[in-house]
Amino acid sequence: MSTLTPEPIPAVMVDDVEPDRPARPRYDDGSGTPGRRRRRAMGTAGIGSRPGFLTYGLLAAFIIGGAYPLWWSVVVGSGTNATRGETLPLIPGGNFFVNASKVLDAIPFWLALGNSIIISAVITISVVTFSTLAGYAFAKLRFRGRDGLMVFVIATMAIPTQLGIIPLFMVMRELGWTGTIGAVIVPTLVTAFGVFFMRQYLVDVIPDELIEAARVDGANQIRTFFNVALPAARPAMAILGLFTFMMAWTDYLWPLIVLSPTNPTLQTALSQLQSGYYVDYSVVLTGAILATVPLLVLFIVAGKQLISGIMQGAVKG
Amino acid sequence: MTTTIRPPASGTPTPQRRAAASEPLTFRQRLSRFDVKASPYFYVSPFFILFALVGLFPLIYTLVVSMHEWDLLKGQGPFVGFENFVEILGDSMFWNSIGNTISIFLLSSIPQLTIALIVAYLLDQGLRAPTFWRMSVLLPYIVTPVAVAIIFSSAFNEADGLVNNLLNVFGIADQQWKHDTFLSHVAIATMVNFRWTGYNALILLAAMQSVPRDLYESAAIDGAGAVRRFFSITIPSIRPTLIFVIITATIGGLQIFAEPRLFDVSTAGGIGGSDRQFQTTVLFMWELAFFRRDFGEAAAVAWLLFLLIVAFGLVNFLISRRIATGGDRPNRRTRRARERATRGGAA
Repeated sequence: MSTLTPEPIPAVMVDDVEPDRPARPRYDDGSGTPGRRRRRAMGTAGIGSRPGFLTYGLLAAFIIGGAYPLWWSVVVGSGTNATRGETLPLIPGGNFFVNASKVLDAIPFWLALGNSIIISAVITISVVTFSTLAGYAFAKLRFRGRDGLMVFVIATMAIPTQLGIIPLFMVMRELGWTGTIGAVIVPTLVTAFGVFFMRQYLVDVIPDELIEAARVDGANQIRTFFNVALPAARPAMAILGLFTFMMAWTDYLWPLIVLSPTNPTLQTALSQLQSGYYVDYSVVLTGAILATVPLLVLFIVAGKQLISGIMQGAVKG
Repeated sequence: MTTTIRPPASGTPTPQRRAAASEPLTFRQRLSRFDVKASPYFYVSPFFILFALVGLFPLIYTLVVSMHEWDLLKGQGPFVGFENFVEILGDSMFWNSIGNTISIFLLSSIPQLTIALIVAYLLDQGLRAPTFWRMSVLLPYIVTPVAVAIIFSSAFNEADGLVNNLLNVFGIADQQWKHDTFLSHVAIATMVNFRWTGYNALILLAAMQSVPRDLYESAAIDGAGAVRRFFSITIPSIRPTLIFVIITATIGGLQIFAEPRLFDVSTAGGIGGSDRQFQTTVLFMWELAFFRRDFGEAAAVAWLLFLLIVAFGLVNFLISRRIATGGDRPNRRTRRARERATRGGAA
């Protein structure tokens, strides 16, 4: 993983830099620049040309391929079990609320939703807090053993900790925690990725002079952390929080093992819908839709941050 | 707030400071020094303590469990050395699960990366409303694996599922998506691809955007076509990211659980098919531990899978490094294009 050296991302992408002309900024939304300049020479294929119909067409096909299974679930979920037999159903029926109430009867939906929210929120707060603290120390403070410990963090990032579930289950049973949401929360209170992510972000973003200045002004270490590091770390904390929340929310294996069907998370409850011999798929798919709504809301609110997080993570490594 | 004035670590000491150094330190100075020295450890210790408890200890203790007879209910039995490993390595169901895992992994990662590369390339064309396109591409990522498994398990239903219905339109007969080994692997790989292709496309897009545009232009002037530019400039330039994506796909792909567990639950009981035709290794481990109650053997499977993941990660790393350095000796045209680009940038 050490080959993935961080590269700085230019805030403004530079177009075709020519020696006699200053760099033009990228007008990503195509607004604000009138005339031919809008049709900037961009892109890897069309040098000097705008992306054509083929580009948009292929992308649209890809997106429809990704969205149709979801739409299909909505259509079937709002119809009856017979809707599923149709070849390419496109129009939703009027049965959604009937099916939804069947879902609420079959599984403890609200309990599961509450559990999932509590679990994901606590894990997110914990991971973000501890990762920011440790990431700041690794990025900006000098201490004996720093480099060795950082190598350890990077090495553990590649280890699938999922494989430790058997001893983890034994410990939880010994403590009498099985069946409680605490057992789901505790194993994910910290992640090596979080520390690495915050460290990579903070190492560039806080100037050493700022920390030095705080020190000269007489701020002690913890005060420096709160007044200098924390404000600078906020964007990265938001992104890390978003991803941690997603990870905790989607986890299935560990909650399935450690929780009972009477006190489930949304994911384990959803999987129970399918376990009967006779499966009413319109009800099952309604459940899938209901379980997707919370993340859809999150996506609508914070989709841009999610995207910039994925794209920064790529370059940052 | 100015409570302490600490001298900087280095630099020529002024007479004033020398005088201060010869005096014994005040309590505040001592406190401040302690603060500077100890604080970093306080900051990193929560992570290391928690990680040791919930990450490292279970992984190592798995080794201990794997060397004992160990029942889910009866608990620890006698020490048996590597007997569990021998047992597992001689178990055809273990090898079946490994074969399934690798097959599903290949069926998902290769098409997924290919399509992600294409989508990233399309997104890198300077589209209008890029945020709209990026968000649309990412949409499947917010559907949780369990929901994806449920949706596709229904769509791949053999009797009247969406996929067979569509195939019928083209005159193709119903396929046995849940009973045929290969087809079930295709179906499960489809679920993985559905969720991750757009995500990986965005990662690759970010890397593509940091490739200097003038590189492409010079190559175009030299007469390199779009395909040529893609393979000779884009791919080598995004190499580190490509390796990163491949390694992450490996670590995740070899641990697939939710999809096979929930594919065809009603007839196969969630252990990976009536004939275990799509039982992955994590699913096999789960069955061993919680159905057959054999923690010892399940722990052995966990360690073997761990070794497999590490091995695969390394192999992938080496292969992808070679592939990506296919342009290691760039042909004259690209090399010239690059040179020109650097000269142009310097001028």
